[in-house]
Amino acid sequence: MNNDILGIIARFENSAGLLKAAEKIRDAGYIKFDCHSPFPIHGMDKATGLKRSPLGWLVGISALIGTSGALLLQWWTSAIDYPLVISGKPLFSFQAYVPVTFAVGVLLSAFTALFGMLILNGLPRLFHPVFYSKQFARFSDDSFFISVEAGDPRFNPHRTSKFLESIGGKDIELLRAQ
Amino acid sequence: MANGTENIAEYSNPGQVTGDKLSFKSLTDKISGITERKTPPVWFVAFGAAFSLLLVLLGSIGYLVWEGVGIWGLNNPVGWGWAIINFVWWVGIGHAGTLISAILFLLRQRWRTSINRFAEAMTLFAIMCALIFPGIHVGRIWVAYWMAPIPNQMSMWPNFRSPLLWDVFAVSTYFTASLLFWFTGLIPDLATFRDRAKKKLKKLVFGILSLGWRGGNRQWRHYELAYLILAGISTPLVLSVHSVVSTDFAVSILPGWHTTIFPPYFVAGAIFSGFAMVVTLTIIARKIYSLEHIITIDHLEKMNKIMLLTGMMVGYAYSIEFFIAWYSGNIYEQFVFLNRAFGNYAWAYWIMISCNVLVPQIFWVKRWRRAVPVMFVASILINVGMWFERFVIVVTSLSRDFLPANWDYYKPTFWDISTFVGSFGLFFTLFLLFIRFLPMISMTEVKAVLPQADPHSRTSGGLDE
Repeated sequence: MNNDILGIIARFENSAGLLKAAEKIRDAGYIKFDCHSPFPIHGMDKATGLKRSPLGWLVGISALIGTSGALLLQWWTSAIDYPLVISGKPLFSFQAYVPVTFAVGVLLSAFTALFGMLILNGLPRLFHPVFYSKQFARFSDDSFFISVEAGDPRFNPHRTSKFLESIGGKDIELLRAQ
Repeated sequence: MANGTENIAEYSNPGQVTGDKLSFKSLTDKISGITERKTPPVWFVAFGAAFSLLLVLLGSIGYLVWEGVGIWGLNNPVGWGWAIINFVWWVGIGHAGTLISAILFLLRQRWRTSINRFAEAMTLFAIMCALIFPGIHVGRIWVAYWMAPIPNQMSMWPNFRSPLLWDVFAVSTYFTASLLFWFTGLIPDLATFRDRAKKKLKKLVFGILSLGWRGGNRQWRHYELAYLILAGISTPLVLSVHSVVSTDFAVSILPGWHTTIFPPYFVAGAIFSGFAMVVTLTIIARKIYSLEHIITIDHLEKMNKIMLLTGMMVGYAYSIEFFIAWYSGNIYEQFVFLNRAFGNYAWAYWIMISCNVLVPQIFWVKRWRRAVPVMFVASILINVGMWFERFVIVVTSLSRDFLPANWDYYKPTFWDISTFVGSFGLFFTLFLLFIRFLPMISMTEVKAVLPQADPHSRTSGGLDE
């Protein structure tokens, strides 16, 4: 193992090439690899062997917390702490509390959706070895890349490069700290 | 027969991005280029005008805070004047963005990708304008925090049974959720700007804003679900916001306001005016930045169809209100509606009917639906009409309530007008800053619907073997 090598990236011509290569690198037993593309590619989760994101559960839980918290707040403030009869209406009638309950539930869910996504992705992150590559900047324009991190048990600079080349990778580049 | 072939042509190009030979790279260059080129002189002219109006708004608000709401034309029966009209109008305009980004996303309307970023930004700025009006209408704005449930020395809590408080929660949630949705969509495009940046400051700013996005599939899978969830929760939200706004009126007992048709009627009107504003702004932007191959005439036509539909819904609501007034047998209700159409505010009523019901009927004709000058004028007239709709609702009902002794005629003052005109300054200042510094079209989403993006298509190399 060469310690100053942090990983390898290879460029692929198009989304189909990336998808096929992803299947092959998955089957070869690599774990710490990623497929970078300018837009999400349909079928890529299956090709890379990733499960569905758990974000839905997080948002579901926060929606429950938001709605029940808002309902409790309204019940406690209107019926317990500051009971004020308005137009002879009951102190607690759930119908009147639905709009705020719904709004707070949505608000908390929206925050969880964005920030939960960021946390699951390990973002914000100041730097990552793939940014050592000059050509990598094109991922956000029109290019498709596969990166393999040096931490992968199967990683070997020479063999992995050869392998990436065999599955259609071009411009193979070793990522070195600069 | 001709219709049939058109449908096939449409089907064979589901991406709806008709520019032939639009590649990933040319799209990135086009959209990023808008913010990278030297600022065009026309931008400075527009920004100068918008900023001047913004100063008018700030001046008007400053004088209002100093002097009080007495500077407006409010009088005894009419306690809600232009401020509430403007609030409802701006919130309504702010409905198109989230409708396009959320509801059309769930409905798999892929043509939305060209216009959603633009419309979402417009939504945010329209809600900002909207939020100003009830905020300053409270009079003593330095105690506006009483609207929030914050423990205080008076040991009082806000009245959660009041629609006005529902409004505070609904509109501020709508703003926040739209902002988060908008930012989520922006992250990959901000990464593009970061990767293209040449200057150090730009690298730094976009580097921070894009949060270290790497576009890896391990990130996309969470990202796509986050986007789907945001669309899912924004869909009921966008329908609820104007429903809640309508309860400000409907929960009261005033004739002309106390009707159950208000929530759907308000939502349809909001979508109607929101799309009209998107069309107005899109026509200008696509002309100035020559984006005709990305925002095509098909996109505009689809928006015109939505305006035709929602315009008819609004027209239906106008007529059913009359029917119910008659059918209810309630003389106050009947009087209010006859007074709307033939009383001293009849001029406003007929402006509303002409602009909202008659004008959109031209979109039955395909040729006019696809004619840019026609739709430009129509979209502006529709927003004029929608402003008058809120004027009719607010003012006619208030100025003629149960007792004739209470009646009074409401007229705006200089400050009513200057505050409203000034709110356009805020709107356009923010909008111009947006199109100058941020990607006005979602590059990521447009790329994803290009034919070559599909890994199973010929153009992506998927059928080579």
